Amino acid sequence: MESSVPLGGYLAVGLMMFIVGVVGVVIRRNPIVIFMCIELMLNAVNLTLLAFAKYGPIVKGADPTQTAMAGQMMVIFVMAVAAAEVAVGLGIIMAIYRLRHTIDVDEMSVMRG
Amino acid sequence: MPEWVDGKTILFAMLAGLAGATAIGVVAFGNAVRSALCLVLNFFTLALLYFTLDAEMLGVTQVIVYTGAIMVLFLFVIMLLNLGSPAALEERPDYIKKALGFMFGGALFGVVASQVVRPFIETKQVFAPDNYGAPQGMGKALFTTYVWPFEMASILLVIGIVGSILLAKRRV
Repeated sequence: MESSVPLGGYLAVGLMMFIVGVVGVVIRRNPIVIFMCIELMLNAVNLTLLAFAKYGPIVKGADPTQTAMAGQMMVIFVMAVAAAEVAVGLGIIMAIYRLRHTIDVDEMSVMRG
Repeated sequence: MPEWVDGKTILFAMLAGLAGATAIGVVAFGNAVRSALCLVLNFFTLALLYFTLDAEMLGVTQVIVYTGAIMVLFLFVIMLLNLGSPAALEERPDYIKKALGFMFGGALFGVVASQVVRPFIETKQVFAPDNYGAPQGMGKALFTTYVWPFEMASILLVIGIVGSILLAKRRV
């Protein structure tokens, strides 16, 4: 069976989102926006995993049902880890704001050597 | 019109363009609320892209978990910080950092696009079975082959809940 959209299209969208996330993490100073950029990167990887799950097995002789399911399971666990990470990360941001009354990442230099 | 242009490719191109534009919006907007709303739109577009990949179950999960739960958490924290002082969310421009960020992003884009994306640009053969994204198959796999990571994920989520409550509560 052939799809009219090539695998490269989905990979290009994923790559685009991942690069935007990386650039955002480097250039932004607001930790909430940095967290959003991390979510952007995680979602880009999810899209890539699903694209490979559908256009599947690069390994010769692998069971297509198993490989398609492996990609989807990976996406589920990435979502679970992302949810836990956001809950803890935003809790940390709130704690820092209560302590120092600023959340600018360049002002947080307590752990500088 | 070339023969590869059909309904599916047009739909994919529209969704891809929207996903890219909203992703750029997340980084480009100076206001954190606008970034968050762009991210909501981006996650929704991604759910539609999952549907075009025949992964219906994960598309629905994406809408519920990301646009439903995680983005509400983001907007809630932005609201809490804004109540204290609106100045806490403003940023000063830093041109050296911006230049370095764009250079690094461009370099990464060049490497990955030429080494990873280019070999798959013509791959159109679908190997996955027709109903691979259906809830029945996923539930079966989740409770048989992947039951150990599934239980680990539940423990991780419990630890996350307890940890965020500990971090967010005031000293008593």
